[in-house]
Amino acid sequence: MTADDGVWLYSITTDSIGDAQLAGVTGVAGEPVRAVASAGLVAVVGTVSLSEFGQEPLQRNLEDLDWLAATARAHDAVVAAVLRHGPTVPLRLATLYLDDDRVRLLLDERQEEFGATLRRVTGRSEWGVKAYGDAKALAQNVKEEPSATGTAGKGTAYLLRRRAELSAQQDVERRAAGHADEIHSALRGHAVDGVRRQVTDPVLTGKRAWMIFNGTYLVDNSRVDDFAALVSALDTERPGITLDLTGPWPPYSFAGIDG
Amino acid sequence: MTIAGGGASNLPQSSGGGMGGGHQSTNLGEILERVLDKGLVIAGDIQVNLLDIELLTIKVRLVIASLETAKEVGIDWWEHDPWLTGRNSDVELENRKLRERIAELESDRSVRPAVEAAETVEVEAKRQEQDDDRG
Repeated sequence: MTADDGVWLYSITTDSIGDAQLAGVTGVAGEPVRAVASAGLVAVVGTVSLSEFGQEPLQRNLEDLDWLAATARAHDAVVAAVLRHGPTVPLRLATLYLDDDRVRLLLDERQEEFGATLRRVTGRSEWGVKAYGDAKALAQNVKEEPSATGTAGKGTAYLLRRRAELSAQQDVERRAAGHADEIHSALRGHAVDGVRRQVTDPVLTGKRAWMIFNGTYLVDNSRVDDFAALVSALDTERPGITLDLTGPWPPYSFAGIDG
Repeated sequence: MTIAGGGASNLPQSSGGGMGGGHQSTNLGEILERVLDKGLVIAGDIQVNLLDIELLTIKVRLVIASLETAKEVGIDWWEHDPWLTGRNSDVELENRKLRERIAELESDRSVRPAVEAAETVEVEAKRQEQDDDRG
């Protein structure tokens, strides 16, 4: 490392993981990743050039959409590789220190907190569940309001019809919200922890479908089959609702105190 | 139901291939959602304004549109996105229609109750607009 280099952090793990396990794994700059150890913990890091990852170039590069995408994938790939060998606490993208000593200081200072988080995620992984609603199917059982009678004027009929449409739409949304609550409650019962997240834009998922629920769960690896079976059952027993399961993920959503 | 990523038979701790690249096929949005929005936050030596959520949302949306799904989902979504365009054309259109209807009704004094209905609908449209603004 030189004064022109910085240290990119990928994740915190236990000192059972060292350079041997990390051999062949490359990071956001194509650099080989390595272990910085202290206090019984290991930070998985890579040496990166400050000409690309220093504050100003980094800020600029984050505006570069292709750069951001490639960096996010590389960051995630390293965290996933660490997870293959042991528990890992993933760090948010773009956590950088100026040298290894600063990283060791971090491990020393927050040893207790990192240790507790590692124990919590050991033998567990994160699974994402998203639910999509088919508005037409969900609306099928919603009673249509009687249409305006012939005695009403043209404008009255229009307004009554519009009001009925809006009311039906609200019914469908209420039903979807009910499904979402029940799905979360059921999944939460099969997981160590679970959080509901904001539903994402259709563009994010590459689907035009209407996302009604977005949750992510910390699941015991020994119970993953049960969890997947439950997702499948929830999908089957709810017409108009489709569930998506992704994982296993490193425990990104369960790495911080705030969950 | 669909399952993406490694799946249950591909646990992280399993030997061999394990999860290596297990969720590489996962939509980029799934990854960005986690590495940008989740993960442990530590104030390092180099600070960037990564957490400017609004800007980030635009970026993430654009990343997805530009890299992976533009062809699948069509590339005109931002034209219809009230959050990006700062307006909601659907609500505008609906409001215009409603105003026309109200004008029509007000010229016909015999259907007074319908004016109340018009007000109800307009309130709902406004609430919808506010929801859209928040989204």
